[in-house]
Amino acid sequence: MARATSRTRIAVSTAAAWIVGLAIFFPILWMVLASFKTELDAFAIPPKFLFFDWTLENYGVVQKRSDYVLHAYNSIVIAGGATLIALLIAIPAAWAMAFAPTKRTRGTLLWMLSTKMMPPVGVLVPMYLFFRDVGLLDTRAGLIGVLCLGNLPIVIWMLFTYFKEVPKDILEAARMDGATLAKELIFVLAPMSVPGIASTLLLNFILAWNEAFWTLNLSSADAAPLTVFIASYSSPEGLFWAKLSAASTLAIAPILVLGWLSQRQLVRGLTFGAVK
Amino acid sequence: MATRQTQILGRSVTAPSVLLLLAWSLAPLAATIYFSFTYYNLLNPASGQFVGIDNYSYFLTDPAFLASLKNTLVLVGSVLVITVVLGTLVAVLMNQPVIGLNIVRLMVIAPFFVMPTVSALVWKNLLMHPVSGLFAWIANSLGLHPIDWFANAPMLAVILIVAWQWLPFATLILLTALQSLDGEQLEAAEMDGAGPFSTFFYITLAHLARPITVVILIETIFLLSVFAEIFVTTGGGPGLATTNIAFLIYSQALIQYDVGGASAGGIVAVILANIVATFLVRLVGKNLEA
Amino acid sequence: MASITLQGVRKTFGAVEVIPGVDLAIEDKSFVVFVGPSGCGKSTLLRLIAGLEDVTAGQIRIDGVDVVQVPPAKRGLSMVFQSYALYPHMSVRGNIAFALKMAGMNKAEIDRRVTAAAATLNLTPYLDRKPRDLSGGQRQRVAIGRAIVREPKGFLFDEPLSNLDAALRVQMRLEIATLQKSLGTTAIYVTHDQVEAMTMADKIVVLNAGRIEQYGSPLELYERPANLFVAGFIGSPKMNFVTGAPAAALGAATIGVRPEHVAVRPGADGPRGSWSGRVTVAEHLGSDTFLFADTELGTVTVRAAGEIGLKPGDSVRLIPDSARIHRFDQAGRAIRG
Repeated sequence: MARATSRTRIAVSTAAAWIVGLAIFFPILWMVLASFKTELDAFAIPPKFLFFDWTLENYGVVQKRSDYVLHAYNSIVIAGGATLIALLIAIPAAWAMAFAPTKRTRGTLLWMLSTKMMPPVGVLVPMYLFFRDVGLLDTRAGLIGVLCLGNLPIVIWMLFTYFKEVPKDILEAARMDGATLAKELIFVLAPMSVPGIASTLLLNFILAWNEAFWTLNLSSADAAPLTVFIASYSSPEGLFWAKLSAASTLAIAPILVLGWLSQRQLVRGLTFGAVK
Repeated sequence: MATRQTQILGRSVTAPSVLLLLAWSLAPLAATIYFSFTYYNLLNPASGQFVGIDNYSYFLTDPAFLASLKNTLVLVGSVLVITVVLGTLVAVLMNQPVIGLNIVRLMVIAPFFVMPTVSALVWKNLLMHPVSGLFAWIANSLGLHPIDWFANAPMLAVILIVAWQWLPFATLILLTALQSLDGEQLEAAEMDGAGPFSTFFYITLAHLARPITVVILIETIFLLSVFAEIFVTTGGGPGLATTNIAFLIYSQALIQYDVGGASAGGIVAVILANIVATFLVRLVGKNLEA
Repeated sequence: MASITLQGVRKTFGAVEVIPGVDLAIEDKSFVVFVGPSGCGKSTLLRLIAGLEDVTAGQIRIDGVDVVQVPPAKRGLSMVFQSYALYPHMSVRGNIAFALKMAGMNKAEIDRRVTAAAATLNLTPYLDRKPRDLSGGQRQRVAIGRAIVREPKGFLFDEPLSNLDAALRVQMRLEIATLQKSLGTTAIYVTHDQVEAMTMADKIVVLNAGRIEQYGSPLELYERPANLFVAGFIGSPKMNFVTGAPAAALGAATIGVRPEHVAVRPGADGPRGSWSGRVTVAEHLGSDTFLFADTELGTVTVRAAGEIGLKPGDSVRLIPDSARIHRFDQAGRAIRG
């Protein structure tokens, strides 16, 4: 019976899924459209959906503001730096946990996970004072450090779950073949885990890019990434919707692409392997 | 199982991560605990004396604390209900035969990748603006009175924004879980005479129980710390209407410069989060053994 | 080329004693098979020799030198894993050359050795392929190539044929045995398959619960099993065991006779010391016939050469070859003489 009506069913479920998908995506779409409008059209009531004077003017303005480029650069350096450093620290640790476990490995892994659950606001005060006293406030290095440590547990966990899937035999074979740990990691484990390492890199880059607690509280101008730059539109410039939209579009477009590329790994990374 | 040599090597390469995380998790926490027992105001040079539990009694009896605790619970609870219920429905829908599923999937997960400050501002201005926002225009076209979201229903506005950001997360995890549901189990239920609704309740929902728990726990941990969305939309207001604990501590520390009080609040937040974290860690730990 | 000696080797995992204490001397150039049921500790013993696990106590000497503190790669042994453990991202050439590269050998010498190993194993046409593009047998050969190219003192094989289909297994069995003889390298081979053990080994170590039950040549084990365990483990189909009056009559607690040493005759009559029974199952293999007969002593298995026309329900007389009856005492030890 169900099979006889499958054609109708596909039509119905397809239509429903597309409507739901478009509804969820709509705010982003609307923002992207607004970024191509003049400020006047962006405000227009009734709203102009497609028939307006398409313009790239907003992007031009955003580009010309040199600080946009600076903030984008900050975002790249901070998110990239934090992720790469975390990866370098985490790869050997994840190797050890996956292939040379001790009685304490399980406890260590769970403890690392629990550090991720500490609400950042609980340590905001000492971190702020520490940053102020050692002169790290509003520096890229300071944010790289904080975001690197913040994401380290996720990086270790993700790598651990990927490394677990590499057969132990192969690493033992490498050991029999005389590979030192460094060579074992570089020539055997890393090349075999390229997809896993890549998605770990990608997801943590995204998380660091979008991080909006430490960046808002520990940076203001020189080191401020895009999260802070966009937040600066909240009051006075909030009236310039088209420009806000253009800046926002530029801030999220690259990450949206990376996110779409890493979507399959997202579940695994964010649930610490609890859902595969 | 490995040789002692390997284990020693393993321990030494794990050490940097462990030490860094230890420092990262303990040092600031210890400082927070210390500050929470002292009088410490950034504007007052006569700071630093030990005041016992004064900060705690001040923070816990501050009407703002109770309000923010209530707001935190309302925010977390509402977003959880919305994302889990809608997430389940959307996931079930996406698990049907759908033409162009990959594109639908991309659209559905997109909000998760939008940085919090962007989503908050886009919602606040382009959609929820009482005059020029799209929602106001829709309300007007339907002959209704547009809502001035951030004046009359500020908490609801924040909840909607945050729920929009987290709906993809719930959907994606539940969809992944659904796809791992054994097709033969569904066919067996069909053979046993179960209709679509009993199948959904007895088989599908039962299968989703665990992933839903995971979604709830993980979202709770992040939702307890919602900050940027409030920071750029309402600034905690009007009054205290949208001040959650995270925002209250922030304003205590960096607006009122009361380090001691903010630290006491921070410890309260840590304790709240730990209650949830205990459950999550136990759940993940169980999975680790399997 | 080396002798390998184990002295008082013990291994515990936490509180679990896997190897309670093993002494074993393996002669240079010999092919020794560790055989036993799963969980008997044979793989653990091999991994201890390889250096992939630490011994809890005892010595492992290679050519007289204690290697207990020596890391795996420096012991001069190479290993073929059950899963082959090929590096999936490297070509066949890369796999075979890896150990030599790690040892810092010069390129010309590596090339020479890899080419030679590939020629020996008929892998020359596949040198630039990845492991995933090879058949099971070819992967097996690459694993062997990786082992021989180092010119080790000894080979360690950990159930290397268990992932192959039956026909290929027979062929690879032959190839490995031939290769070992022509290289003259000492080899230790772990398997749970007693046919592999019997056909390949110079000497077999039968392991049970981490203990050596018997160490000897295949025929010694077949003809003079030291105890009930070895008697039951070596030989297929399994030896028949009989307790009670017939055993007591021979001064033993248990007697055993192999199915191929029981003659069968149709009908109910037979000489003294024979057993009457009824066929329950007859398996006709053409070359042999396996009969399972219900007797007053329990089920007796008979292996008769060629085809005999018996079918279930037939009454038979079973006549054990009295010269080939094995006797065991109360503790299960063989009674000699």
